[in-house]
Amino acid sequence: MGLALFYILIFPGFLFLGFLSLAFEFIDRKLYARLQNRVGPPWYQPLADLIKLAAKETVVPREAESRLFRAIPSFAMAATAAAFLYIPIWGKTSLFPFDSDLIVILYFLTIPTLTFFLAGWFSSSLYAEIGCIRAMTQFFAYEVPLYMSLLGPAMLAGTWSVSGITEFYSSNPALALCNLPGLIVAVFATQGKLERVPFDIPDAETEIVGGTFTEYSGRFLALFRMTIDAELVVASALIAAVFLPFFIPASPVFGFILFLIKVFIVVFLLALMRTALARLRIDQMVGFCWRILAPLSLLQVLIDLLVRGVLVS
Amino acid sequence: MGKIEIPLGPQHPALEEPESFNLLLQGERVAAATVALGYNHRGMEKACESRTYIQNIYLLERICGICSHSHSTCYVQTVEQIAGVRVPERALYIRTLIGELERIHSHLLWLGIAGHEIGFMTLFMCSWKDREVVMDILEMLTGNRVNYGMNTIGGVRRDITPEQAEEVLKALDVLEERTKYYTKVATEEVTIISRLSGVGKLSNEDGLRLGAVGPVLRASGVARDVRKDDPYAAYANLDFKVATDEHADVFGRTVVRVLELMESYKICRQVLKEMPDGSISVKVPGKVPAGEAMSRYEAPRGEDLHYVKANGTDMPERVKVRAPTLANLAAITHMIEGGYLADVPIVIAAIDPCFSCTDRMVKVTDLKTGGEKKFDWDGLRRYSIDFYAKRGVDFRNTSIGKEER
Repeated sequence: MGLALFYILIFPGFLFLGFLSLAFEFIDRKLYARLQNRVGPPWYQPLADLIKLAAKETVVPREAESRLFRAIPSFAMAATAAAFLYIPIWGKTSLFPFDSDLIVILYFLTIPTLTFFLAGWFSSSLYAEIGCIRAMTQFFAYEVPLYMSLLGPAMLAGTWSVSGITEFYSSNPALALCNLPGLIVAVFATQGKLERVPFDIPDAETEIVGGTFTEYSGRFLALFRMTIDAELVVASALIAAVFLPFFIPASPVFGFILFLIKVFIVVFLLALMRTALARLRIDQMVGFCWRILAPLSLLQVLIDLLVRGVLVS
Repeated sequence: MGKIEIPLGPQHPALEEPESFNLLLQGERVAAATVALGYNHRGMEKACESRTYIQNIYLLERICGICSHSHSTCYVQTVEQIAGVRVPERALYIRTLIGELERIHSHLLWLGIAGHEIGFMTLFMCSWKDREVVMDILEMLTGNRVNYGMNTIGGVRRDITPEQAEEVLKALDVLEERTKYYTKVATEEVTIISRLSGVGKLSNEDGLRLGAVGPVLRASGVARDVRKDDPYAAYANLDFKVATDEHADVFGRTVVRVLELMESYKICRQVLKEMPDGSISVKVPGKVPAGEAMSRYEAPRGEDLHYVKANGTDMPERVKVRAPTLANLAAITHMIEGGYLADVPIVIAAIDPCFSCTDRMVKVTDLKTGGEKKFDWDGLRRYSIDFYAKRGVDFRNTSIGKEER
């Protein structure tokens, strides 16, 4: 019991995820800056930002639903932290693996988006309302391709457990190459989930100010920011576990280093995308997801079905 | 779906200056839009009446933070016209050079702003970094980055040495190289094209009917440019093309500005090559004979217009400035309506607005009653004296309060 609590709260749970989120926020920001010919922030900047935000006055609008307004950020953070526990970090299995934990992770990762919607809705502000409606519209566009892109690899591996999938592909690395279309879809959809350029439509500052988070300030905003950082790590780790299950060594230390490298690769791709692209309009975003990502993820499912057919027979 | 009204401004991240746009939204579409001016009235025209002609150059240079040389040149031209001064050729060439360098810095700045409005920060960071090259050149030539203080009535205040000309030519090569790259980015990058083309349509006829000027009108296929139509400074002797485009949307406006950049490099090189020797200014007496004149100038944002009425003293009786943004404002509502909310910032930014240069009045809205009120000079004066009297600062018995106007 004591050990489980240590796992959940300290390592690799809540506290560790917090450190990792800040570290990867720094890496993301530094990469973004360097790609834009800028110097970029010092390593402690994300932590400094967090402390500063948390120390600031927290304003709750008179019109807002006060209790929900305060509670929503915690739900977002808790869901993201819970999802992290089911992703393998230093080896082939996660801490508490069980059958079909992939579904649970995706479920947990859906909750932050829903909380963004609720946060905007209960703020009772015009900009926040437009932002939350956009967040929801966008959610229906990227979520289906994301689920389907993860469905393919799971079908080929014959298991719904992330640990099982990692185990399967690390013993058959060649088969992981079949999942390339899925990887592309997953990276794009993750960018949409994290609401970053080109899919930062729900909080496009030049259009709707702060979007969903317009009315949020102080420690609640800090918690939301932290959630988005944590989501970046969790989603990248999930992509790394499902699509990049290569060379996992027996030693936990090397395994952990390899995990960090893989997450770095995914974060690099995401940073590259937000450097090179302009923000899309909501109709263009939905069109892109349904016309390009959805067929691509269907193709992924088809490929995996065919390969599995060949393997079984 | 019901209609909601959202305010864009007066304080909004998309706007660099205060201006209010009220948008009536139907879903993501803009059903109707209204523009309200008057958040940054500075009373500069009035202030001109109590300053000498020379002092006014420096005041009017500060109308705009970007096209400062445009305003001072336009004003100086007007005064020279009334005084009947013949400006030395060399001074005209130097004015042209600074004017074109200013156009380069303004268009590079705009490119970055456009990137920012569509969430493409990389373009912003890169073009603003390159803008520093031209800013450094301007600083080397004039001593300042923005308010150059180059003009004086009867010529310019600083000469350009051959070494400086050499430096300018070197910088122009760098800028030309970078501009070619931006042309490629702006016309080939998929997300930029999808965000810019077909957005903020302004047809040829609408552009003329609504009185649009500058790159906005030229992007609708009308080759109207004061530098060509009514040449001032040294433009009559220079060989350049008026950049136009047939897209008639924000994409077209981007293309026109990038093409204008290329033309500006060409003009700058010609100016440096053909600049005649001689003096850079003539002496003009402080008192200007009675008379009135008007002058036009092609600022980076479009046609700038100054009117001056002289009464024989060393101060003008009236100065009127029509900044290019005012001419383009009428077209804005036309371009916004029917479009997406997401496109509103870039459509507004595409006229390269400069709201502070435009404001000529203050509209006071009473928050309690919702009534609107306009003040004239005396009314505003009385109001301010009463305002301070209520708060314990009484001007009524001092010379300020007693003075009758």
